[in-house]
Amino acid sequence: MSTTTATHHDDHAHDSHGHPTGLMRWVKSTNHKDIGTMYLWFSFTMFLFAGALAMLIRLELFQPGLQFVQPETFNQLTTLHGLIMIFGAIMPAFVGFANWQVPLMIGAPDMAFPRLNNMSFWLLIPAAILLLSSFFVPGGAAAGGWTMYPPLSVQGGMSVDMSVFALHILGVSSIVGSINIITTIFNMRAPGMTLMKMPMFVWTWLITAYLLIAAMPVLAGALTMLITDRHFGTHFFNAAGGGDPVLFQHVFWFFGHPEVYIMILPAFGILSTIIPTFARKPLFGYASMVYATAAIAVLSFVVWAHHMFTTGMPVAGQLFFMYSTMLISIPTGVKVFNWLATMWKGSMTFETPMLFAVAVVFLFTIGGFSGLVCAILPVDIQLQDTYYVVAHFHYVLFSGAAMSIMGGVYYWIPKWTGHMYDETLGKWHFWLTTIAFNITFFPMHFTGLAGMPRRIPDYSQQFAEFNMISSLGAFALGLSQLLFLYVVIKCIRGGAKAGNSPWEGAHGLEWTVPSPAPFHTFETPPVLK
Amino acid sequence: MSQNTKNYYLPAPSFWPLIASIALFLLAGGFSMVLNKIALGKPLMIAGGLTLAYLLFGWFSEVVKESISNFYNKQVDKSFRWGMGWFIFSEVMFFFGFFGALFYARNVSLHWLADTHGLTGAHMVWQNFTATWPTAGPSLKLEGSMKPWGLPAINTLLLLSSGVTLTWAHWGLMKNNRKQIIIGLMLTIALGVLFLAFQATEYAEAPFTIKSGIYGATFYMLTGFHGLHVTMGAIMLTIILFRVLKGHFDSHNHFGFEAVAWYWHFVDVVWLFLFIFVYWL
Repeated sequence: MSTTTATHHDDHAHDSHGHPTGLMRWVKSTNHKDIGTMYLWFSFTMFLFAGALAMLIRLELFQPGLQFVQPETFNQLTTLHGLIMIFGAIMPAFVGFANWQVPLMIGAPDMAFPRLNNMSFWLLIPAAILLLSSFFVPGGAAAGGWTMYPPLSVQGGMSVDMSVFALHILGVSSIVGSINIITTIFNMRAPGMTLMKMPMFVWTWLITAYLLIAAMPVLAGALTMLITDRHFGTHFFNAAGGGDPVLFQHVFWFFGHPEVYIMILPAFGILSTIIPTFARKPLFGYASMVYATAAIAVLSFVVWAHHMFTTGMPVAGQLFFMYSTMLISIPTGVKVFNWLATMWKGSMTFETPMLFAVAVVFLFTIGGFSGLVCAILPVDIQLQDTYYVVAHFHYVLFSGAAMSIMGGVYYWIPKWTGHMYDETLGKWHFWLTTIAFNITFFPMHFTGLAGMPRRIPDYSQQFAEFNMISSLGAFALGLSQLLFLYVVIKCIRGGAKAGNSPWEGAHGLEWTVPSPAPFHTFETPPVLK
Repeated sequence: MSQNTKNYYLPAPSFWPLIASIALFLLAGGFSMVLNKIALGKPLMIAGGLTLAYLLFGWFSEVVKESISNFYNKQVDKSFRWGMGWFIFSEVMFFFGFFGALFYARNVSLHWLADTHGLTGAHMVWQNFTATWPTAGPSLKLEGSMKPWGLPAINTLLLLSSGVTLTWAHWGLMKNNRKQIIIGLMLTIALGVLFLAFQATEYAEAPFTIKSGIYGATFYMLTGFHGLHVTMGAIMLTIILFRVLKGHFDSHNHFGFEAVAWYWHFVDVVWLFLFIFVYWL
């Protein structure tokens, strides 16, 4: 973020470079850095909001009984927590990183379609308004889970329609953004940067963009069928008319499974950037990392029904999906081993970004293991819709995706702001987050194995101790993110001056430009050696 | 397209993205209200539709102006080609979801509902339901179905022919034969409009509706979205015709024409799949 200050009466003013200042700078932006900043702030705001919903959830679950919210309200909290975290926090954060870093990393002056890039951002605003205001319509927010299965979602009130249209708008934003990213990466690399010389973060975003273009339209189809079943008398999901509720699950999860890889592949890219920097060694096995990422992406399209093992599928189908799901652990394992091999005999230092990266490798692997456990069909019959699944996906999504985002912020914020963040506070944020996260979510493996179902506001006495522990951890986790907010704001406002390349082991074109990165960079493409 | 602009064209700050955001917000919010019988919905949707029309006309006009002012070099042209290609791919995936629903309903859930192989026990719930297609399900009576070898077959010929006339028009463009381009484009548009007219007749005369069980749902969803895409394609072809008449294109530089032509061929291919899997088999 450059240090231009906004003045209200300058709304239509132009500075000497011919671009607007003030509010119009952000509204009319065609600059990948400004748009990246907007995405990041949007996602941080949504993260805190959805986190607040989680605090309310854990407050209710602190003890057995119903103390604070009615069950209908509780269901709205869990549904919106999921929708906002996925579509409002994680995905926009990664797009923010892509916007800031991809053009810098490939030596391009901006994205291929700068106006469409801004549109992709500004579409998030109506989507967020639709989702958040759905709490205030008759019947309250959507309450059937973020997965919106019929027949329950067919019966829901106006908020279901608002959520569906919010998702449609988010889909347009993502599809257009992905077209932009693919075109930028294919068409605008500096001369000499072949595909196999691109930074891993660029590769992971290239592949993620493909997943988005292929999967989001299918979600749009599922949601459209839901709308017509709700309002136009169709029988897609109604057995009386020859339809099937499970049809929704198939179409939804055909999108849903690539979606979770959309949420983790950019995280892998961030890890592949941070770890070599702080190990002061090149990434081990660059080519195999590329192939492994591509393999994960391809396989992600043939595993979707592992979310549906208990729907009454024939055994042959279940077995196919079990085997294909287990297969994905192989390329994922390749990546984990390559990160470890990168660190092996490296000259390691553990500044905050590296702390996050190492924690992610370890904790994401735990999440991967619990996923593998769920993949085993006979085990999943017991674990489906229990807290074991909640534990699994929070390990991969929080200590996988979200903590990679945090690590990436610490890593790149010197480039964005020109200041170093406060290292002591950063480390405090890291340790508080990691410890609180594990206190919150590790016990959920046990409650799930003991049989506690998901999405319930009240539970049997035998789950009480673990739930109290989870809730205490959650409150600590929530509070520690306020420390993150403080560190980020403090860094923006000032700090030790960061030069072009504050991290000793960092390589890449983004470290050849000043910090903060100038408004325009690489207006002539750099020459690569 | 200019060879003397070395740098990739970076557009000036623009308010079109915000207009897009407002348009979709009004449409989505309005539609939510309309569906839930709130009176404010209809005016909001109209406002949204007008904003969307203003947006599309305005933004594309700006791009056309930039193009005929020679701001775009070869690299930008490549970006547009990639962009259009991947956009069409996303549209393919959109139809893929609906075709998937059709295949699942016909080949999987139908047999489970009818308990064809005695595996599901559904015969205890739906006693007299057998697995035939088309069907409106065990509870409803299907009033009739679409026969492929009448108007639908003619529609297939119409769209296939329109692909030929469009290609002929393109050859005219590449040879700078103005008459050929204009007649070719006009024929293509006419064939497309005739297709839509016949589809509208079919819809009006069809004995079944979108509420006619799973057959009606899949039929109208698939053909309906296809018709919508044909409509958009025909509008785009008309705009390209106007641009041809205004002399925007030359034999080497006409990506706008090609992009719309790609889109039209995509619409044609989707129809072939529709004809085979929705009407015929």
